[in-house]
Amino acid sequence: MSLLSVQDLHVFYGNIHAIKGISFDVSEGEIVTLIGANGAGKSTTLNTVCGLLHARSGSINFNGEDITRLKASSMTARGMVLCPEGRRIFQQMTVRENLEMGGFTRPKGEIAASLERVYKQFPRLKEREKQVAGTLSGGEQQMLAMGRALMSRPKLIMLDEPSMGLAPILVEQIFEIIHSLHENGSTILLVEQNAQMALSVADRAYVLETGRITMTGPAEDLLHDDAVRKAYLGE
Amino acid sequence: MAQFLEALINGISLGSLYAIIALGYSMVYGIAKMLNFAHGDVIMVGGYIVFIVLNNMGMPAALAIPAAMLVCVALGITIEGLAYRPLRQATSLAVLITAIGVSYFLQNAAQLIWGANPRFFTIMNYGNIPVSLGKDQFNISVGKLCSVGVSVVIMLGLSFFTGKTKMGKSMRAVSEDRGAAELMGINVNRTIALTFAIGSALAGVAGAMLVGVYGVQLSPTTGAMPGIKAFTAAVFGGIGSIPGAMIGGILIGVIEILVGTFISTDLKDALTFAVLIIMLVVKPTGLLGKPIREKV
Ligand SMILES: Nc1ncnc2c1ncn2[C@@H]1O[C@H](COP(=O)(O)OP(=O)(O)OP(=O)(O)O)[C@@H](O)[C@H]1O
Ligand SMILES: [Mg+2]
Repeated sequence: MSLLSVQDLHVFYGNIHAIKGISFDVSEGEIVTLIGANGAGKSTTLNTVCGLLHARSGSINFNGEDITRLKASSMTARGMVLCPEGRRIFQQMTVRENLEMGGFTRPKGEIAASLERVYKQFPRLKEREKQVAGTLSGGEQQMLAMGRALMSRPKLIMLDEPSMGLAPILVEQIFEIIHSLHENGSTILLVEQNAQMALSVADRAYVLETGRITMTGPAEDLLHDDAVRKAYLGE
Repeated sequence: MAQFLEALINGISLGSLYAIIALGYSMVYGIAKMLNFAHGDVIMVGGYIVFIVLNNMGMPAALAIPAAMLVCVALGITIEGLAYRPLRQATSLAVLITAIGVSYFLQNAAQLIWGANPRFFTIMNYGNIPVSLGKDQFNISVGKLCSVGVSVVIMLGLSFFTGKTKMGKSMRAVSEDRGAAELMGINVNRTIALTFAIGSALAGVAGAMLVGVYGVQLSPTTGAMPGIKAFTAAVFGGIGSIPGAMIGGILIGVIEILVGTFISTDLKDALTFAVLIIMLVVKPTGLLGKPIREKV
């Protein structure tokens, strides 16, 4: 059975019909990617899954529970975490405080070990532990956002454009981290405009176009699909 | 010289009262992103509770102050839940108008319950410390001195709370980015309610000081002027900043008393606000305020 299963989801912003009946699922241990152009509805989808937005109709099931109507603050404790678009780290708090906030729902005794794990994954964050987060570089901020998400020990981690605004070398680095999270057994739902990178790291993919899923399949196949190459890989 | 020193000390003491009120404005503004216009009226209610418990029931002050704090906390949480929470997604103008409405509601309710006639409170005499400076002499009231101590303790306590505790840090997270805080699993409504509870407890303390130490006469509009002054202090010091509220409060108190003593009693309010306007022109974020970063 899949860890996350979305059925016929419709989301509106006022009168704007942003998501027009999409269905997809993510199984345990998978990396699934949602690719699509600007404004296709990728962020809207993730925000709805995690409860920041609410669907007009359709259903979202996570870990055997109907979570369609639940609010965002109750999702972390259930094992789902979103690393949002634009990172949204707490700029005026220190690196360590940001990480502590990531572990907000976890028992106190577990925080030290979680910090240890995150610092092992992102040694740079340990060096900057006491630094105010707003003064980190873009790449460091992305690492902090991912580390903060990991602090809640999620069953499913959703990443919204982790490579946005980063230099190519940092993009490589971020995708290496995603790959290593996958190897350690994390389940990941990845949203990207960088379709090339996303498809190379993912197991399966969905293509989103103006609120509809137009294509789906193993990431490998989509990477070699002519239509996808033309539309999303700039060929 | 003695007159100046006496005015300075009185100013610092009055300022420390403003600081306690300003902390309430500032915390609520920083976390709920709203101007709680009714804050001054919660102070007034606190004043009445102290009056009733001390004067009418003849209980000691050690009971009156916690009673005032408790009632104010209950009132603050109720106001937040009934009036402000439903407007969480509304424009800030709608919230401000609601807050003004709540302010008038509290004033009218107080008038209904306690009547419009001002009540005079016999100031508790905690004693004076005589100070002599050459041939000049003046007295420092122990009560006023204590109020300075109380406000310093409150400021340090709040700084510790927001800086070091999990709850306090989550308040800062909500203050910075409500949505991101929610994604961490922080219950935003509960955090905002907690902020109101803290602010209102401070209003209770301020109400007790206002009537018990400063001998302000008690009427349904008693809270309005100190409220506005303290709001000025919060803006002056940089709204959202805890030490800012403290420094702003003391400065406004000192300016007010110095102007009242040496220039003119009639001008003291006008000049206090003039100083605020100059401050806002020179440094719009206030003394210790952080510039607000526009999200991209
Ligand atoms: N707050 C909002 N109010 C109204 N419309 C919105 C809002 N947010 C998004 N939309 C619209 O919904 C659609 C989907 O937006 P969404 O942000 O989900 O796209 P996206 O695929 O994440 O794009 P990008 O790659 O640029 O991040 C767009 O047409 C957008 O204009
Ligand atoms: Mg997006």
